[in-house]
Amino acid sequence: MSTVRRRTTLVLKSVSKTYGAGDVAVHALRGIDLRVERGDFVAVMGASGSGKSTLMNLIGCLDVPSEGRYLLEGIDVSRLDDYELAFIRNRKIGFVFQSYNLVPRTTALRNVELPLIYARVPKSERRRRAEEALVAVGVGDRMHHVPSQLSGGQQQRVAIARAIVTEPAIVLADEPTGNLDSASGREVMEIFVGLNRAGRTIVMITHEADIAAYAKRVIHLVDGRVESDGRTGAAAAVSA
Amino acid sequence: MAVQGVLANRLRSLLTMLGITIGVAAVIILVAVGHGSAVSVQQRIESLGTNVVTIQPGFSFGRGSGGFQASFTQLTLKDVKALQDQSAAPDIKSVTPVVNGSVTAAFGSSSYSPGQFVGTTPSYEEARKSPVEAGTFITAQEEAQHARVVVLGQTVVENLFGSQSPLGQTIKLNGIGFEVVGVLTPKGTNGIQDQDDIAIAPLTTTQDLITGVTSGLGQIIIEAKSSQQVNAAEAEATSILTPNHSSNGTPNFRVLNQASLLQTTASTNHVFTVLLAAVAAISLLVGGIGVMNIMLVTVTERTREIGIRKALGARRGDILGQFLTEAVLLSVFGGIAGVGAGLIGSRFKIVGVQPAVELYSVLLALGVGVAVGLFFGIYPANRAASLRPIEALRYE
Repeated sequence: MSTVRRRTTLVLKSVSKTYGAGDVAVHALRGIDLRVERGDFVAVMGASGSGKSTLMNLIGCLDVPSEGRYLLEGIDVSRLDDYELAFIRNRKIGFVFQSYNLVPRTTALRNVELPLIYARVPKSERRRRAEEALVAVGVGDRMHHVPSQLSGGQQQRVAIARAIVTEPAIVLADEPTGNLDSASGREVMEIFVGLNRAGRTIVMITHEADIAAYAKRVIHLVDGRVESDGRTGAAAAVSA
Repeated sequence: MAVQGVLANRLRSLLTMLGITIGVAAVIILVAVGHGSAVSVQQRIESLGTNVVTIQPGFSFGRGSGGFQASFTQLTLKDVKALQDQSAAPDIKSVTPVVNGSVTAAFGSSSYSPGQFVGTTPSYEEARKSPVEAGTFITAQEEAQHARVVVLGQTVVENLFGSQSPLGQTIKLNGIGFEVVGVLTPKGTNGIQDQDDIAIAPLTTTQDLITGVTSGLGQIIIEAKSSQQVNAAEAEATSILTPNHSSNGTPNFRVLNQASLLQTTASTNHVFTVLLAAVAAISLLVGGIGVMNIMLVTVTERTREIGIRKALGARRGDILGQFLTEAVLLSVFGGIAGVGAGLIGSRFKIVGVQPAVELYSVLLALGVGVAVGLFFGIYPANRAASLRPIEALRYE
């Protein structure tokens, strides 16, 4: 069990998600089986309506499956209540959103400190860890700027710093380059690749093939089902 | 975090606080006005003497042989004698007869008509609480000797003598010379008349020279031995006087009891104060609703932020605490500003009343202000805390 927990970050066992009931029921996910090993970099691809956002919400513990089980580092998340889910999100998951989702009118440093505040980390340690995370993603010189004073690429870096500052089990990125120009997009993806090399597990949702190519493993979703699941050239390059 | 929320939109926060500020200030000022007017009325009544019952001649209507008849009565020195009988009236300390006249006083080239001219006995000084500031009051000896002496109020002194000392000078009252033996301590106005616009002479002299002996007494002032004995003294006086001054069993004199007057006005003033406070409390309530309104707008506006915070692991309690603290901060700052404004506003005279700030009203207003903020903050904060993170994140 302990080896499983160490090597496997998340397991989805025939997970379904249905919205509504009866005739108007929408089956967003229809029996997904998925296992993500620690240190992997997975890209989830699919057209809009394929269920990738629902999958992201489930993996991110923002929602619970209608059927099936979801184990995150061995914890059965599908049985937890709101309070416990908030705890799991805080400790195990780092979110990176398409639209950055930084808290407005709040400095980069404060934004990165936020998850640590909710984790009740003492102030001095909080400050130190937030600064380290910001330096690690290359915006150490922008710490005291508020989001409106930062470029899109910089905002996304701050968001990544906020996602990794709690040392989460998994970094969950939802179209992280969707709002960026290709140059900043590339820079952001380089950061993800760097984080993954350092051992961080990453699950990324995207609909762009060239962005998915940064990942080691690509999963295609169609109509709420896994259509294909395979290793990419990036994975081969790493193992080579 | 909550402080940031308040500071993020300064103008809006300020306007929200203004609602609470006005409410709190209104409570403080209006209660102070109510209390102030109560205090001033009480002072006026107390300046007439507190343990005192005043008897005035009056009249009553009775059915006589020729239909309705009004019967008048005159109070005389005989009544005064009867009231002074300690066996019949054990609760009465002193009985002071008073006659009123009108005179024109002259000194040198200046002349002046005092608002009140009173002929009385030495006990007047204590019963009416009119001590002399300089010189002496009328003595029993002067009274017995029909001495031509007079005690003047401050206003009369100023009009006749200016800055000169009046003691020992002789003034003419209706052309007759009186020596000024004393000057009364200023009392100010009682709201109706200037209590310093008065000249006091011995009763005997006044009846001899000014009013005549037959005109009867203007009033009899009875002082009770203590404030607890005022009502007993009033009852004794009534029973002594009724046999001689009634028609068909109805007394035709009037008895004014200062203590009961005081009680009546005190309770009237209390109602007045409570009414004012109630009006002010409504504005405080409106201020609270303002806080709720703004907090609801804030929650809607920051839905996405709430979603972000929840995604980052904020628990229900964290969000609830943040928004509740914001609401309370708004009302605490608004309340403190209101206390300041209320205290400053209470320094000025309002519709002729000098407000008297009451500590309880300050604490109550501040407490209620904060409680109102808390109460009206609960709903918006709860709404924020109950938002589902997925929907909140999707909110544009």
